[in-house]
Amino acid sequence: MEQLLAVLIDGIIYSAWLFVAAVGLTLIYGVMKIVNVTHGSFYALGAYAAASITGALLARGMPPSLSYAVLLGSALLVTLIVAPLIERGILRFMYAKDEVVILLITYALFLILEDAIKLVWGVSPYFIAEPYGLLGSFDVLDLTYPYYNLILVGVAILCGGGLAWMLNHTRTGKLLVAVIHDTEVSRAMGINVERMYLYTFTFGSLLAAIGGAFTAPTVSVVPGLGVEVIVLSFAVVVIGGLGSLPGAALGAVIVGLVRSATIHYLPQVELFVIYLVMAMVLAFRPRGLFSIAEARKI
Amino acid sequence: MAAILDAQGLHKSFGAVTAASDINVAIERDSVLGLIGTNGAGKTTFLNMITGYLKPDRGRIHYEGRDITALAPRDITRIGIGRSFQIPQLYASLSAFENMMVGIGVVLWNAGRGGYFSRGRPLVPGYDLPAEEVAERLLERFGLAEYRDRNAQVLPGGVRKLLDIALTMVAKPKILLLDEPTSGVSAEEKFAIMEMIVKAVRAEGTTVLFVEHDMEVVSRFAGRVLAFYDGRIIADGPPAQALNDPEVKRFVVGGALQRLDEAQSRPRA
Amino acid sequence: MSAGRAPFTLALILVVILAAGPFAPQWTLFLLTIALAKGLVVLGLMLLLRCGLVSFGQALYYCIGAYAAGMLGRYFGMSDLFTLMLAGMAAAALAALVLGYLLARYRGIFFGLLSLALSMILYGLLVKTEALGSSDGFHVLPSTLFGVRPADAWVRYAVLAVAALVAFVAALAVHRYLDTPLGKLAPAIKDNEIRVEYMGASARYAIHVKYVIAAALAGLGGALAATTVGHIDPEMAYWTTSGEFIFITILAGTGSVIAPFLGALIFGIIQTVAFGLSPNTWQMVLGASLLVVIVFLPLGLWSLFRRRKAA
Repeated sequence: MEQLLAVLIDGIIYSAWLFVAAVGLTLIYGVMKIVNVTHGSFYALGAYAAASITGALLARGMPPSLSYAVLLGSALLVTLIVAPLIERGILRFMYAKDEVVILLITYALFLILEDAIKLVWGVSPYFIAEPYGLLGSFDVLDLTYPYYNLILVGVAILCGGGLAWMLNHTRTGKLLVAVIHDTEVSRAMGINVERMYLYTFTFGSLLAAIGGAFTAPTVSVVPGLGVEVIVLSFAVVVIGGLGSLPGAALGAVIVGLVRSATIHYLPQVELFVIYLVMAMVLAFRPRGLFSIAEARKI
Repeated sequence: MAAILDAQGLHKSFGAVTAASDINVAIERDSVLGLIGTNGAGKTTFLNMITGYLKPDRGRIHYEGRDITALAPRDITRIGIGRSFQIPQLYASLSAFENMMVGIGVVLWNAGRGGYFSRGRPLVPGYDLPAEEVAERLLERFGLAEYRDRNAQVLPGGVRKLLDIALTMVAKPKILLLDEPTSGVSAEEKFAIMEMIVKAVRAEGTTVLFVEHDMEVVSRFAGRVLAFYDGRIIADGPPAQALNDPEVKRFVVGGALQRLDEAQSRPRA
Repeated sequence: MSAGRAPFTLALILVVILAAGPFAPQWTLFLLTIALAKGLVVLGLMLLLRCGLVSFGQALYYCIGAYAAGMLGRYFGMSDLFTLMLAGMAAAALAALVLGYLLARYRGIFFGLLSLALSMILYGLLVKTEALGSSDGFHVLPSTLFGVRPADAWVRYAVLAVAALVAFVAALAVHRYLDTPLGKLAPAIKDNEIRVEYMGASARYAIHVKYVIAAALAGLGGALAATTVGHIDPEMAYWTTSGEFIFITILAGTGSVIAPFLGALIFGIIQTVAFGLSPNTWQMVLGASLLVVIVFLPLGLWSLFRRRKAA
């Protein structure tokens, strides 16, 4: 019983992390029809910015309770600088190209950003423990969990809920939904699609950066942090359906629970079972579990 | 005169829409058949069912005595039924010549020639000439020689239509289904293009079925006319008879009736 | 495609390598051999790219080839280079024969993502397999040729000579394939699959065949790389390895069977030089090069040669 509970709780925590990490990717695909490899870079950028800025401020005597806001702020700062630069500076000229070519372009950008991060932050690990340990931990039966994990879950719910609210209840959100459904018609109706692309790319990257920022206190921030996140995010997004927000949530929950279960019961399959699920979804329901993207399949 | 293609009791519906209802047609060898009808009457559905792109809900299709109802488009092509498209289906980035060479390559492949271990220049079945010569010959026959090295996507509309049909002739089909061969072609060119097509195709003794909206073209080139309406065949006979059928006049020919009567009584220029 | 010239150029390159090899420094021989190994993988990817398909997981077959070679050595004591390369090729081809039934039905991004998922499955499996060294992998036995272990000073040259020969044969074989009806079908499949079907050919069959050939080449390359480096690990199946192959494929373009090897060599040189100059910026150099090639030379570096010939 206790093990089942552990699987459930671990699963939910991991799902929350996965959701925040992956939802930006599906948003960008939904609106711009781009599979964005720089997603991993923004995750890393968020982590590095958060770790370095929070660390620096804490060293200057900032009260640790403020560190959560700083984490968020750092993610915001770094994204607002880098994302528009990439979108306006490079991507904007590439939209007419084939989707696979654009993916390769984002892959090239990812490679560039990997080293850019090394140049700015160096290669030594960053570590900020305060936000993580500050809140203490709580017990469920015999299991101990840091309260920080609840923050992670909270961030996931806020991001998901916020995104859903924005898409359904704000003007910009509704314009985005129009673009998601049909870019040509939206343009014909006078929607400034280019500006929507800028907002989407920035916002989607921000979500990735937030994921990285809030993960920073739990790990040692080192180069290559974004590399694994990319494939995992792909898996989550494909399972739920490229371009679908509820899909990203479902995908995150499925992957999170499956991984948690395998870690506890069958650790040998932990790594590959996620990709097995991804492959199976692609094989049997390529559109994902909720999707608006049509698999080009003949 | 045995029937080369025989459709019996074909029925096809898409949900609440009945696209084909009890279609019975026997097509004779060496004939030219015109299919007329308004849009949505079931002509293209009929072509799609024959070529295996759609499977009928009920009914059978026989070709030279063999049941072909369940075959896929590529098998239909292999046994001798060719089909051209309303919107020409070409290889956009290849030249007209290269388009033809791809088609010829497939024919060779299906005949087991020109494979990895073959030597020299294999002969194309039905022509007994090497691939390049067959390509040049067909381009000539359809008046496309001057477009030989131009990329398919930059060719003018009428030329694309002709290339589309030339591609279909590569496999020397015994029956050729032409889906609106003169649509998208300017009024002055329609007759010229149709002349060229029919001449090039009939030289091989091919049976031809063509879907057409221009009644003058139909009455000039078809030996027999099938009129579709609402998924059914409402007339079947020589042009003079079918085009004057009251139901056809009402549902298909419509206002063109008067002009057609007048056109038919005037001597051809 | 310089149809007539390629075999002659290939033969020339082979002769140069064999003749100049004994005088070249060890690190050059190593670089060349690895370039040939990766070039083989990219030769296969080129076949798929001509159909309009990009595999994001070709490292799957590269890794299968490598592990097949490694395991034959570890468990059966086999070290003959030719045998190991053939085994790698066969293992990969077999896997692709089976997986091709699934993969040949997909196009575009979905083909890419599915191939990615499959390669990551292998990665995950290998990392957790202790018998095979988990993420550390294991060492590969020193190569022998027909039962003889070459003298230390000659090993690298011997392996390079074999690699060059194999690559020569493979390139010629693919070159011949491109002249067959199925080979010529590639640009047609990319442009208009419906027309391909209506011509009487099966696009899916053609793609399946090309997929198996590409996998065989990747397996061959993987086995070669494994024996050259002397070590294999699950990283060979990781998505970043696939990314490297895609990079070289784009760099090379689809103009000729020589292009993949040239591209792999240039990649190797860039990697070595850039890494040597500044280990923290070589990826940036790579990324920037990829961007430049995609934007300014969408047909790959080989299009530079073609333009010169036309002029």
